[in-house]
Amino acid sequence: MEIRLSGITHVYNGAEVLSDITLDVPSGRIVCIVGPSGCGKSTLLRLIGGLERPTQGEILQMGASPPGCLNPLTYIFQDFALLPWRTVAGNISLVLEDHGLGKAEMNAIAENVLARTKLSDFRNALPKQLSGGMKQRVAIARALAVNPAVMLMDEPLSSLDAQTRELLVDDLIDLWTRTPFTAVYVTHNLAEAVRLGHSVVVLSRRPGWIREIVHLDKPLGDRHLGDPELDRQQQHLWSLMRDEARAADAELAHV
Amino acid sequence: MFAVLIALAEIGTQSGFISPLSFPKPSDVLVTFGELYDSGRLWRHLGPSLTRLLIGSVIGVSTGVALGVLIGLFAYVRAGFVPLVAALFPIPKIALLPLFVIWFGIDEGSKYALIALGTFTPTVVATYGAVDNVDRTLIRMGQSFGLSWQSIVRKIVLPGAMPGILSGLRISLAIGIILLVAAEMLGAEYGVGAYILEAGSLYDLERLFAGVVILSVLGVLVSFAIGLLERRVLRWRI
Ligand SMILES: Nc1ncnc2c1ncn2[C@@H]1O[C@H](COP(=O)(O)OP(=O)(O)OP(=O)(O)O)[C@@H](O)[C@H]1O
Ligand SMILES: [Mg+2]
Repeated sequence: MEIRLSGITHVYNGAEVLSDITLDVPSGRIVCIVGPSGCGKSTLLRLIGGLERPTQGEILQMGASPPGCLNPLTYIFQDFALLPWRTVAGNISLVLEDHGLGKAEMNAIAENVLARTKLSDFRNALPKQLSGGMKQRVAIARALAVNPAVMLMDEPLSSLDAQTRELLVDDLIDLWTRTPFTAVYVTHNLAEAVRLGHSVVVLSRRPGWIREIVHLDKPLGDRHLGDPELDRQQQHLWSLMRDEARAADAELAHV
Repeated sequence: MFAVLIALAEIGTQSGFISPLSFPKPSDVLVTFGELYDSGRLWRHLGPSLTRLLIGSVIGVSTGVALGVLIGLFAYVRAGFVPLVAALFPIPKIALLPLFVIWFGIDEGSKYALIALGTFTPTVVATYGAVDNVDRTLIRMGQSFGLSWQSIVRKIVLPGAMPGILSGLRISLAIGIILLVAAEMLGAEYGVGAYILEAGSLYDLERLFAGVVILSVLGVLVSFAIGLLERRVLRWRI
């Protein structure tokens, strides 16, 4: 499924948050969104997910969801949002139970996503026994279980330490290389954006409008840490963002 | 601690330091208790008491949890019911017994109603407080995955509120036992309360204390049972 945003403008109590966003999320691609704090990234994700309606403009979902899709637009939360009273496997079955699937089918789906996220040995562990990185992998497995058309990820790695983040970026690249998925990936971390994004959307400070969309053509699997080409792109993104970020910071200081 | 207190009382009464008129010998209380058990009168009193406590508190706790969840989830239910519950909470429920006797009859009905109301209000308050404390991101997660309303309540809200509900249950059931005895003292042929009242009016201290001991044991058992339940239901927290 493909998502097309055209002319999205959003206003909260008279304050414009997003301004005239036109953007394509092609099927099987990861679109990263970066921008200074408060520029409306999370808001944009909520609009795409249909949790709120844009003040102006249209969001079109084009094409059918993949076969076996149980929840077309699926969020991955920054704070994992796992049920502490359910095991890893139980947290995954939670999102399958309401769909009238047979027990065998649910188990097959759960085993499949646990294997893909390398969690098979932890299926009976409770969340409190897992590290932060493992918890986010469980959340990713849970999202994969419903075979979403588009994954909406709001800073999914920003509560993790730097090493864990690197590992998870590798895991995500791995997952995508085996079975491409479509995702909108909001992040503050430009290194993450240039490793995961097929395109990186740079938003201005509030009200967020699109400063530039940077396309990265190198296949995800070939992007390695310290790649000079990626470093150059990251520098370019930072040069776009630096002034915006500084201005946004100064604005917040005045509030 | 129990053992020390009982031993002191026994020594005091044996030695005549404590007058038998003011405090019975623990060993005599035990003998009385044995007689009560042998004659089968123990069950004739305890049976109805337990039934009343069970039926009354099941009604009160289940409706209390249901209303508490609704208050916790829906702002308009909260606006309507929280003032009502706040108004009911401080009423000494026993004062309403005559009213319940008129409404539900002198027999079991009024006792069930009294215990139900007595356990209902603390359960509601504990439950909606517990629902308020359930992590909102979990509920939002459930909504974003398209879970049905019932699933969200059953699989996310109730388990998340369970620690608070169970600690409320301890208080509710203690209140339930107090009301049970009070109701039985005011009008019942059988029941632990009636037994204690009868003993008290005859100044039969051994029997009075045997009755009191039954109540304490009941309280300890209830609290033990809730402890077991907590350990089973809340294993994920340890
Ligand atoms: N429900 C709401 N009602 C009113 N204003 C809101 C609401 N949600 C967000 N805002 C405002 O809209 C602006 C954009 O918020 P949003 O959370 O989308 O920013 P963001 O880019 O995700 O920021 P961050 O990088 O800090 O996560 C902020 O100024 C915020 O105060
Ligand atoms: Mg945000």
